[in-house]
Amino acid sequence: MKRQLIMLTAAVSIASSAMAAELKPAVVFDMGGKFDKSFNQGVYEGVEQFRNETGIKYREFEVTNPSQREQAIRKMAQRKSNPVLAIGFAQATALEKVAKDFPETKFSIIDAVVDLPNVQSIVFKEHEGSFLVGLLAAMKSESKAVSFIGGMDIPLIRRFNCGFAQGAKYAVKDIKVISNMTGSTPSAWNDPVKGGELARSQFDRGSDVVFAAAGGTGIGVYQAAKDAGKFAIGVDSNQNHIHPGTMLTSMIKRVNVAAYNTFKGVQDDTWKAGFNVLGLAEGGVAWAYDEHNKALITAEMKAAVDQAKADIIAGKIVVHDYMSDSKCPSL
Amino acid sequence: MSEFLTIMLSTFDATIRVSTPLILCAMAGLFSERSGIVDIGLEGKMLAGAFAAAAVASVTGSAWLGLLGAIGVAISMSLLHGFACITHKGNQVVSGLAINILASGLTVTLGIAWFHQGGQTPLLSGDARFLSIDLPGALAVENVPVLGAIYSQLISGHNALVYLAFITVPVTWWVVYQTRFGLRLRAVGENPQAVDTAGISVFWLRYRAVICAGLLCGIAGAYLSTAQNASFIREMSAGKGYIALAALIFGKWRPKTALLACLLFGFLEALTVRLEGVPLPLIGEVPAQLMQALPYILTVILLAGFIGKATAPKAIGIPYSKER
Repeated sequence: MKRQLIMLTAAVSIASSAMAAELKPAVVFDMGGKFDKSFNQGVYEGVEQFRNETGIKYREFEVTNPSQREQAIRKMAQRKSNPVLAIGFAQATALEKVAKDFPETKFSIIDAVVDLPNVQSIVFKEHEGSFLVGLLAAMKSESKAVSFIGGMDIPLIRRFNCGFAQGAKYAVKDIKVISNMTGSTPSAWNDPVKGGELARSQFDRGSDVVFAAAGGTGIGVYQAAKDAGKFAIGVDSNQNHIHPGTMLTSMIKRVNVAAYNTFKGVQDDTWKAGFNVLGLAEGGVAWAYDEHNKALITAEMKAAVDQAKADIIAGKIVVHDYMSDSKCPSL
Repeated sequence: MSEFLTIMLSTFDATIRVSTPLILCAMAGLFSERSGIVDIGLEGKMLAGAFAAAAVASVTGSAWLGLLGAIGVAISMSLLHGFACITHKGNQVVSGLAINILASGLTVTLGIAWFHQGGQTPLLSGDARFLSIDLPGALAVENVPVLGAIYSQLISGHNALVYLAFITVPVTWWVVYQTRFGLRLRAVGENPQAVDTAGISVFWLRYRAVICAGLLCGIAGAYLSTAQNASFIREMSAGKGYIALAALIFGKWRPKTALLACLLFGFLEALTVRLEGVPLPLIGEVPAQLMQALPYILTVILLAGFIGKATAPKAIGIPYSKER
């Protein structure tokens, strides 16, 4: 009896230590950092939720320099972290190299496509969510002009821009859409001073609702909108709380859910390599409606946006994807 | 025509906002460099000041206390610079760079420790920021053609620190060229032996010069985090200290010409932001990349062709020791 008990405890302890050893998740944040109040922060919230629920700790790294990406992902894989979650389109090339060298490790990447047997690529239909906020912006605008500020000038951000313009023009046919990109280097994700200046220049040109898809740069845009008494639209995370009263809404990308599901999926053994495209129908993108912007959204606007959402899901409205042909008919 | 006027006015308006930290830093550098101390640490002092201002303002809720905090921190970093290269005759460039590195690391570290937001400080609002001030009569003259628009849009409606920066320039000129302290300051940068022979302490004079520099850098930092923006963000000075130093050299170490150089750099930056994606008459839409390169291209052309030789103060960079 005693011997059996010892064996049992030993077996249990081996099993539990094996369980703990099995799941060592890791996440590599991108430029902008995990407190950008936007894209990276969404991921951070997702993995924190996983840690709070399961008690499993994760390794993390914040990339502050483009050359660190491959090094960081490789380091995680070498230290037997599994799964490794890479954040952002810019990590695709680095991840591709590392994933080939570590075929046993499970990799997930958000916002990019890497076609390898051990990589799960999670992408969002940002153009669909941008369409909805574009529609709201156009209905809110009194000056018949809305504007867009992108971070780094890349096809992904142009996809936001294009969806936004199409949505605005769907609501108000002859509306003016002004577009600017912050820059052509990764520092464009974290330049709030320039973001603020761009927003002011757009207000001077007549815009009264600005949509920023620019990571940390957006903080400057929202501040400029508040200072000038104009409206701003947040991105990725729900940013309505930053300046209640002037934040019209936010284009939510549920990166937190994607990040959480990656870790959870590996834990439950439901994780699969391949593509995972999340649009309006899958709840991957949405527009934010909460106590902070309730007063700004009229019943008419809400009805219109809900109708448009249903039409997009049903296929009655086709939102153009800039990345399919690198063209934007609405701009 | 009226649209053209609006665009020009808004560009000049942005020029003023963007140039303000450059002007303050250039005047700071002027005090330090005219006394013979190379001040490559402008960037670091401004960054430390920006952090101090945002941190104090977010805790106390007062922008003015934030400004005091920024000035205090920037002056203490100036004194550190002075201690290393006035008292201990260290290399001034090395000491300045050390200050930049220290500020860049320390602000983020303290920010993470105190506010737990990845090195940022909480967003400021209301009294914790310097908000824009409408000058008297701005609304009344708004409808007067041209002049009214210039007064109400361009001159009025900035925050207190912007006006302070523009007042700093004539004050600097007055101090450096019209007072006894200024005469001695310039002399100590040209020929410290002569000043010493006259029975005036070279060390004390140079210390006072770096304190002036710290004071102005602190104001520049407070402008970045509590007036132009509403929180401290890591590396938010983004090379402005170096640009101010370039403007100072561009302006031959004189207040008026340095001011013009700062305004030129600010104007080019404002222009870049505004002309991006706007079709110009005759030329059409200019590619964004060309617009972004424009400030650098113009700087090279102006430096090569239009500005004569820039002569530095003679004793700059040389630590003073009595024995020689």
